Amino acid sequence: MNAAATTTAAATEEGDGAASVATLVGALLPMLLEVRTVAVGANSPIPAAAALLAEEVSGGRVRPMILGSDRYGPFSDGGPELFDRAGQGRIDVFFLGGGQIDGEGNINLVGTGPYPRATTRLPGSFGSAYLYFVVPRVILFREEHSRRVLVPKVDFVSAPGWSPPGVRRTGGPHALLTGRALFHYERAARRFRLASVHPGHTADEVRAATGFAFDCPPGVAETAAPAPGHVALLAGPVRDKLATIYPEFARKRLPAP
Amino acid sequence: MTEPFVSVDKLVSRIPDRALLALPKDSSGVPMAATRALIRRGVRELHILCVPVSGLQADMLIGAGCVATVECGGVGMDEFGLAPRFRDAVQQGAIRIVDSTCPAIYAALQAGEKGNPFAPLRGLIGSDVQRHRDDWLIIDNPFAGEPDPIVLLPAIRPDVALFHARLGDRHGNVWVGNRRELITVAHAAACSLATVEDLFDGDLVADERYVAGTIPALYVDAVAHAPNGAWPLALTGRYDRDRRALGDYVAAARTRAGFDAWLARHLDADTVAA
Repeated sequence: MNAAATTTAAATEEGDGAASVATLVGALLPMLLEVRTVAVGANSPIPAAAALLAEEVSGGRVRPMILGSDRYGPFSDGGPELFDRAGQGRIDVFFLGGGQIDGEGNINLVGTGPYPRATTRLPGSFGSAYLYFVVPRVILFREEHSRRVLVPKVDFVSAPGWSPPGVRRTGGPHALLTGRALFHYERAARRFRLASVHPGHTADEVRAATGFAFDCPPGVAETAAPAPGHVALLAGPVRDKLATIYPEFARKRLPAP
Repeated sequence: MTEPFVSVDKLVSRIPDRALLALPKDSSGVPMAATRALIRRGVRELHILCVPVSGLQADMLIGAGCVATVECGGVGMDEFGLAPRFRDAVQQGAIRIVDSTCPAIYAALQAGEKGNPFAPLRGLIGSDVQRHRDDWLIIDNPFAGEPDPIVLLPAIRPDVALFHARLGDRHGNVWVGNRRELITVAHAAACSLATVEDLFDGDLVADERYVAGTIPALYVDAVAHAPNGAWPLALTGRYDRDRRALGDYVAAARTRAGFDAWLARHLDADTVAA
């Protein structure tokens, strides 16, 4: 059975042109292999898959901590423990999303329009207003890549992308991954730089679908396809583990071995 | 003093209108049977504190008109989508929303359990969450040699904590296992009420295997035995979420009329079962 082919078939369920889970996980993997402790919030199956794959590929050196999972939430002191550990600088990578994300890396998980009577109210900021400051590398992940999500300026700052000098801050945005492209965040410039576009997409298309200005080097690369061995792991042990946390997602969007 | 075991309806009769009521997150044992009883009793103007987030429970209480204020890190239905009644109520200005962030709620409860007036917390500064919290203060860290702004959060002491736990014994002790933030909530709250899934034949405090995850009867004001008491939510180690029921809820509660019909159906079922 060709696992890569099945991945493509699974991805088409999400609509034409959507990046496959294997592509997205493949784009995340190198960033996770550089660190040791990767925490993943609730309702984040693709980051969770990437963290579990990093554990497999690194032979257990990378340690995933997945909220909502007993097995991969290796804590024994209740809900605050993740935040306490992050506050000590002992979480290397965390993932955040956003109803809106702007070009300075500000994120909005609260709602669009006025506050508090939003036009569209979203759930809330969760841990972002804290974790964005204390986790060294926060990876922003949002599959939808549109001007609706990637806006010039967020309507509500759940967590700011940068802080003025004098405000203690040991963490912040590191990268932004969408269904079309991967950006790196340049902290000094407070801007995103396009790192690669996923297969089937172009820099021009990314520019047209992005509501904020970003740096775009000439001849931007295509997001590398995941190694066949990694795709096999994704279809095997990672899929099995993910199914204990996100059964529906594992069944619908991950390839079967 | 503990008075084990009472009926679920008797349990929630201890929750007065306008109480500051602490609710657990979905993975920590949500007292859904007690929530239905609370709605049946017609409680009004609650200030619900989500510890630190909520989903179906907060959404139902809001939809049923029981809530004046929601204080939370977030209210959502995970992969089932947005919490429809919460969303509508906030958009229409029908409830007051106090946006917080998860570790701020934990830290403020920890201050509450210690009897301290406040807790400091890093981060937050420059967010609109902080900007809209007039009750939070920014001071300079008094231990730093240079300006070092940090946020102070006033302590939270809930009037009532209500949760569903795996085990309860006849002494009134309640075992929450790894859901240890519930121990903090019980310490901080003036009154703690629990429903329990199963009865434990023994003394949870006297058993080394259980005591670290046990809330002693000292903090527990009343306990009700409520088998399947978290349904349709999960109880870790015991049963999974009822995905179909949650999907049905989210679909029905998109409209006011749909929610009312869904609620009537479920409150009735519960009364019959009781």
